[in-house]
Amino acid sequence: MSETASPLWEVFVRAKRGLSHNHVGSLHAADAQSALHNARDVYTRRQEGVSIWVVPAGAITASSPDEKDPFFAPAADKVYRHPTFYEVPEGAGHL
Amino acid sequence: MIPDLCAYALRLGDDALVLAQRLVEWSSRAPALEEDIALSNIALDLLGQARSLLGYAGEVEGAGRGDDDLAYLRPEGEFTNCLLVEQPNGDFAATMARQLFFSTYQLALYRRLVNSADETLAAVAAKAAKEVDYHRDHATGWTLRLGDGTEESHRRMQAAVDQLWPFTLELLAPDGLTDRLAAAGVAVDPSSLRAEWDAHVEAVLAEATLTRPADGWQPGGGRQGRHTEHLGYLLAEMQHLHRSHPGARW
Repeated sequence: MSETASPLWEVFVRAKRGLSHNHVGSLHAADAQSALHNARDVYTRRQEGVSIWVVPAGAITASSPDEKDPFFAPAADKVYRHPTFYEVPEGAGHL
Repeated sequence: MIPDLCAYALRLGDDALVLAQRLVEWSSRAPALEEDIALSNIALDLLGQARSLLGYAGEVEGAGRGDDDLAYLRPEGEFTNCLLVEQPNGDFAATMARQLFFSTYQLALYRRLVNSADETLAAVAAKAAKEVDYHRDHATGWTLRLGDGTEESHRRMQAAVDQLWPFTLELLAPDGLTDRLAAAGVAVDPSSLRAEWDAHVEAVLAEATLTRPADGWQPGGGRQGRHTEHLGYLLAEMQHLHRSHPGARW
């Protein structure tokens, strides 16, 4: 099957007890409905999830590995941004 | 002479068993990886239904036959599946046409069978209806894509519909067994499914730009154990291992 007739889709599945959809893999399909069905068949066989999102791979913009340093390295030094220094006050309940 | 209830469960189970065996022939040979898994999933669903129904039939019969005995040791003349499910897979269009026709019937059947006076049949139907809903959806989607597709896919899809159409009439034909059991509130009268089956199938064919064939030749006999030449080969393959090593365990 050619790439144009059956493009690549990325699949995200949310588990029953999860709050977010997680990337589980990719597959080829001709259209969105077909992609959804294929995702159900391929990625939820073992009760992995209750909700599926499929996104054409071409619609995803990803950060480049070459940009890893400028994108992510500075954050490692900036401890003042990390939420680890405060104590939760008594009786504050769920934060 | 087996009891009516046993015969009915066998009939439903045989349909599922034979179609599962047919679908499994696509395993590792389907047009795409995703479709390979989809067809295998459908086959497994049907196999699960067959196990439940055959197991129940054996229980009701009370002669000590379990699901394996019924699946692997009965000869062709004792299988009561409809002729549609034993037809060869053909090309992918033919497989999808067969699935569309059969799953539309099976879904309508199970949705009504949940009200059966027999608790086991009702329970099997409740679980199976959800599975078959998806099977029907899957076949519908492909019929639409292939029918309203390229010139070649349309031609193949129409040829498939034309070739399999005569076998659909047997699905909805009542007989003495269904008459007796339907009167007792246990079984579903197949003819009562006609309206729903027609509505769905005709709508799908129309949207797929396919022509609904005219009703003509109506082959039957599957329910009485009279099968087309295809079932013998299918059973030979399915039963060979069990019959070669009776009583073997993995």
